[in-house]
Amino acid sequence: MKLMINGKEIQVPDSLQSITELLEHLNLNDQIVIAEVNQDIISNENQSKTQIKENDKIELVRFVGGG
Amino acid sequence: MLNIGPYSFSSRLLLGTGKYPDFETQKKAVDASESEILTFAVRRMNIFEATQPNFLEMLDLKKYTLLPNTAGAKTAEEAVRIAKLAKASGLCDMVKVEVIGCDKTLLPDPIETLKATEELLKEGFIVLPYTSDDVVLARRLEELGAHAIMPAASPIGSGQGIINPLYLKFIIEQTAVPVIVDAGIGSPSDAMIAMELGADGVLLNTAVAGAKDPVKMARAMKMAIEAGLLGYEAGRIVRKETATASSPLEGLSVK
Repeated sequence: MKLMINGKEIQVPDSLQSITELLEHLNLNDQIVIAEVNQDIISNENQSKTQIKENDKIELVRFVGGG
Repeated sequence: MLNIGPYSFSSRLLLGTGKYPDFETQKKAVDASESEILTFAVRRMNIFEATQPNFLEMLDLKKYTLLPNTAGAKTAEEAVRIAKLAKASGLCDMVKVEVIGCDKTLLPDPIETLKATEELLKEGFIVLPYTSDDVVLARRLEELGAHAIMPAASPIGSGQGIINPLYLKFIIEQTAVPVIVDAGIGSPSDAMIAMELGADGVLLNTAVAGAKDPVKMARAMKMAIEAGLLGYEAGRIVRKETATASSPLEGLSVK
């Protein structure tokens, strides 16, 4: 399945169903990651319920140091 | 106590988390500052790098209230999106609205700041807008329902200190919500002056992160803010142009 993540085109296994599974695939699941799918912001508690599909535009962001 | 919306804090020092030399120093500086509110920015992840050490994940999040900023936003719409992304983490509902209107001075865009504040208040956020030292804007933000006003002392990261104490005082006197002096603080004396002017708190980052010894500077800032608050509450003496002796003139034994 082809996804656009943070502006880059990426191939991921078709078996990935949810944001949670995508984060596990990217080895990002032990971090605090916030997701936006096709411009819908997904609350972190809904990541496992949020389906992903071919051509989705996904933004993955996190908290970084700032003032 | 510093009361912001439904929250109460015993510390009046809000600390930024950017630009520290390393996480170990940063952790010690945060401890030394005794700050309870820490600011963060929201940024895209590098999805190809699985191990990305992150300061947030080193913290005991029960001990701190997170204050994400909307830095990077140039419009109200962008600021609202960043705030919503931050809130989606489930870790915070406060936000520092920061909409930069000038790349050279990093001064905020007052109109976009006002719009973003209005929208985020509607969405139920606890909103702390970063502003210039404009008393009229501060009042307009308060009228909208902003939970605190955060005027800059001088340009972000400049360390120039409080360049317009008079205008800051106007804001402090004319708004009922907490006024937190944000940006431009360089030294403990700057933070103390802000508190002596009657500010409710101080937000700073570079002054600690960029100090030769950030841990020591964090402690100095904490102490300066406490001293400034005490001084403000105690009420300073009136300035006079002439001297008045502190020792009695009566009973002098020498001629």
